[in-house]
Amino acid sequence: MSASETVVSASPIAAPPRLLRAASRRFAWALGILLLALFFLIASDQWLSLANFTMLAAIAALSLNVLSGYTGQVSLGIAFFMAIGAYTAVLLGGDPKASFFISGKSVPGLGLGLSFLIWLPASGIVAAIAGAVIGPTALRLKGFYLGIVSLALIFIGQHIFVNTVRLTGGPGGRSFPSPAFGEFNFSRQNDILGVAVTSNQEFFLLILLILVLAAIFVGNVMRTRAGRAFQAVRDNETSAAIIGVNLFKAKMGAFIFSSFIAGVAGALFASYTSYIQPNYWGLLLSIQYVAAIIVGGVASVWGSILGAVFVFALPQIFDLLSPPQTTGSPGLFGIAVGDLNAVVYGLLIIVFLLFEPGGVIGLIRRIQLLSLRLNHRLRKGGELTKASPDLEPDAQFEVESSTLSASKGTEMFDE
Amino acid sequence: MAFLIQLCFEGIALGCIYALIALGFAIIFKASEVINFAQGEFLLVGAYIVSAGTYDWGLGFFPALLLGVAATVIIGILFERFALRRMIGRPIFAILMITIGLDTLLRTGVIIKWGPNVRAAATPFTLGGGFNVGDVHAGNGVHFGASELWTIAVTIVVCILLFFFFRFTKYGLAMRATAIDQEAALATSINIRFVYALAWGIAGAIATIGGVFLAIQSVGFDTTLGQTALLAFPAIILGGLDSVVGAVVGGILIGLTQDLTGGYESHFSNILGAGFHDIAPYILMIIILFIRPYGLFGTRKVERV
Repeated sequence: MSASETVVSASPIAAPPRLLRAASRRFAWALGILLLALFFLIASDQWLSLANFTMLAAIAALSLNVLSGYTGQVSLGIAFFMAIGAYTAVLLGGDPKASFFISGKSVPGLGLGLSFLIWLPASGIVAAIAGAVIGPTALRLKGFYLGIVSLALIFIGQHIFVNTVRLTGGPGGRSFPSPAFGEFNFSRQNDILGVAVTSNQEFFLLILLILVLAAIFVGNVMRTRAGRAFQAVRDNETSAAIIGVNLFKAKMGAFIFSSFIAGVAGALFASYTSYIQPNYWGLLLSIQYVAAIIVGGVASVWGSILGAVFVFALPQIFDLLSPPQTTGSPGLFGIAVGDLNAVVYGLLIIVFLLFEPGGVIGLIRRIQLLSLRLNHRLRKGGELTKASPDLEPDAQFEVESSTLSASKGTEMFDE
Repeated sequence: MAFLIQLCFEGIALGCIYALIALGFAIIFKASEVINFAQGEFLLVGAYIVSAGTYDWGLGFFPALLLGVAATVIIGILFERFALRRMIGRPIFAILMITIGLDTLLRTGVIIKWGPNVRAAATPFTLGGGFNVGDVHAGNGVHFGASELWTIAVTIVVCILLFFFFRFTKYGLAMRATAIDQEAALATSINIRFVYALAWGIAGAIATIGGVFLAIQSVGFDTTLGQTALLAFPAIILGGLDSVVGAVVGGILIGLTQDLTGGYESHFSNILGAGFHDIAPYILMIIILFIRPYGLFGTRKVERV
């Protein structure tokens, strides 16, 4: 499909990114924090756990967005890096006395029982090292070739994980450590200043903290020299090299950065789930994350978060809200709920790619721009043709790079 | 020795199936530079329709086969017309994901229609058939199974047909011209849209044939059939994405690799772990890519900075 290339339409709206400036935005932030606090206090365990899984997914989606969204490297390998993080966590923090029964024999498990202050950062670092080792191989390849090789990474990884029984527990899986400070263990209810806090609430705070850190980190890095280099590589490798971007460094940087976050996300996920079988880290997981960033919005921090909500939370929310069913009974239109989810999710991917390549975030931006223009027109009564610079500060929605135009998110991922 | 010949024979038969799948990938890629991740589910849909047609609807094998081919051809052409054509010029990742979206839809559709249970594979011949050379039970003979022989024969026929199509027909020529240079092809008034539709149609038809034989391999099959088709990826990468000959050679190489490692891996299970034959093709692929990043027969894209 190379003959008819898209014409890059003129004037991407460039405004410096602004954080917490407009009054309306401050209000939005305050409202958001209030809602989160309210949710933390009153949500049931079911909803809290849903929120936790969604935030974990958002962290991983951020990681994929660094590699695929910002740097334009097609990868289906994120599940592998998450697994590396998870198994590092269990190696360092796992129960030293763990043992597994494999075909009638008891096999001693690996685990050093260290604190989570060690295993959580270590999981990111080891995953980053794995990214650095695999990176150079992947950098020789482009586009579909890279995509398919990352597919191979998933399968090879699964083979290794299933066979390293002492680390992973073999096909049956093993349990993962939960974060703890001495007696204060996240896996059970604790008293904080006389107030009982459930395990899900503790995890909620921890995961939220890490999500916020990751989001700010990614958003800020993308505005540095390195981040701009990533995006230059995405937009056009040849021209990036011409303006002095070191392609190798930029791609390796993106690989390592992305793998680090993926490793942390994987470790946290495993720790929160507490028991995982190696086949969890499969192709489906990777595809879900790719779907998440496409539905949410590529090369966007908020896009990653919204994508996680759409792909990972929405199906569960439908499930929670739909009337309870006896197992095996048909759901809507005589179709089981799981299958219905898959249909919705396949359709979402296709519909978004066809009609809103900027994802949910692109949709939101478009609506914002539209309402702004409408406002402007009402106020001045004049004709407004293009988005003029003076109404930009409010239109810029978020903490992220300004290279992506508000109305047009189509140019990401270009090879 | 007999064991080795047996493995090679089965490996070639398995490789022929991969070759059929890989041909579908390569033809689509050559025409439109799209990798169709849904190719595996085309196989699945084809195999299910042929099986249902033969056993549930009582059509008999060959009418059911025609029906299956028609179904995958129509799905392919419709998808190309209404989804992919709108994606022309869009980033590779987007194109890849939209085929994954189709993949999910097709697989779920099959699960909803036919349920997750194992189905009997439809065949035009008796499964246990074939002939032996030497005494199989004594361990010094080779069993040439009917299903393997049929697979190899049908693959050869498909390849010959494709060869004649590409070499001697107007449309085959148009497809080759489009693959070499789209704009030049347009300038000579070749209908590129028709070429795209044709590519997806051919790929759909081959997918059903591949699906039927893939299902026969294990007598019964279920909705995981499409995942087996993922092994055709190493095949096309090995051959080079845009090479039709490469697809066949790559497919057979992958089949041989898989069966040979499957046959001998038990001697090395301490080092390699169980089930090594499932990933051996991927490892072979990575090794080849180290040496030739564009595959064995692929076109080298020169791009210097």
